[in-house]
Amino acid sequence: MEMSEPPPYGEGADVLERVRTMMQWTPQGRALGMEVIRIENAKVWGRAPYKPELVGDPETGVIAGGVITTFLDQLCGMAAVLAMREPAIVATIDLRIDYMRPAEPGRDILAEAHCYKIGRNVAFVRAIAYEDAPENAIAHATAAFMVNPNAARRFGANLGDKNSGGKQR
Amino acid sequence: MSEPQDRLAAALARIPYARFLGVRAESMGDELTLILPYSEHLVGNPLLPALHGGVVGALMELTAITQLAITNNSERFPKTIDIGVEFLRSGRPVETYSRARVVKIGRRIANVQAEAWQSQRDEPIATLHGHFLLDEEEG
Repeated sequence: MEMSEPPPYGEGADVLERVRTMMQWTPQGRALGMEVIRIENAKVWGRAPYKPELVGDPETGVIAGGVITTFLDQLCGMAAVLAMREPAIVATIDLRIDYMRPAEPGRDILAEAHCYKIGRNVAFVRAIAYEDAPENAIAHATAAFMVNPNAARRFGANLGDKNSGGKQR
Repeated sequence: MSEPQDRLAAALARIPYARFLGVRAESMGDELTLILPYSEHLVGNPLLPALHGGVVGALMELTAITQLAITNNSERFPKTIDIGVEFLRSGRPVETYSRARVVKIGRRIANVQAEAWQSQRDEPIATLHGHFLLDEEEG
């Protein structure tokens, strides 16, 4: 019997809840208070709330660049998962961020990420961070992800001696 | 103790986000090392477990801007124009170190490279290269 291709993961009805759970599953995601607000196909929208403890410049109150790096990395990874037919873990290969301007102090940062190409091994994603509209961006990001990087690695692989999970020399 | 590196290490300690990560600085002469002790809240993948890539990127960016301020003999941290982060190995749940090298300081912008590693200096877990806007008041 001929089967039609299953739809990408991001189109399933209960996926928004699962993606929200995925965000909470990450301790650093919880620590930053990042949340998913919307999904659509291989796109995801999220929020990183303003918190005084995340400020990078005490004189201006502007949030640290590192928070935006983590937020965009996380959201890009989620867009890659949403583009898959079967959800799998992803690992960032590289991430480039261009900062157009500082974030406005005291305001939450929003972002949208779009996985515009996914193959068996690699996913390509773009993201934009802003307060109100993507046209007035704080930062643009481009990222590449390895799909299912831990296929050969057991849970807890990083807990053993230093070469237990990685490539042996 | 008013060498620029000491003043900047103190300035780094006043950054709320650096405290959120738990970063501390050590300097030997004009070379800075940032040290990020392992903490559960830094984890991205709890199964392996592995540090969040964004945290490793953030550590290297903090190293880059602090080292650049030291090298440029500036009292203020430069603004980031762009960064590129390359991930080489997953960050294990142990202490992570980072150092940066200022490749070029121009009139307005600087090019900086940074590396993060764990137990072995010659096996970096990630590298960063970035461009930073120098503080114009300092000229």
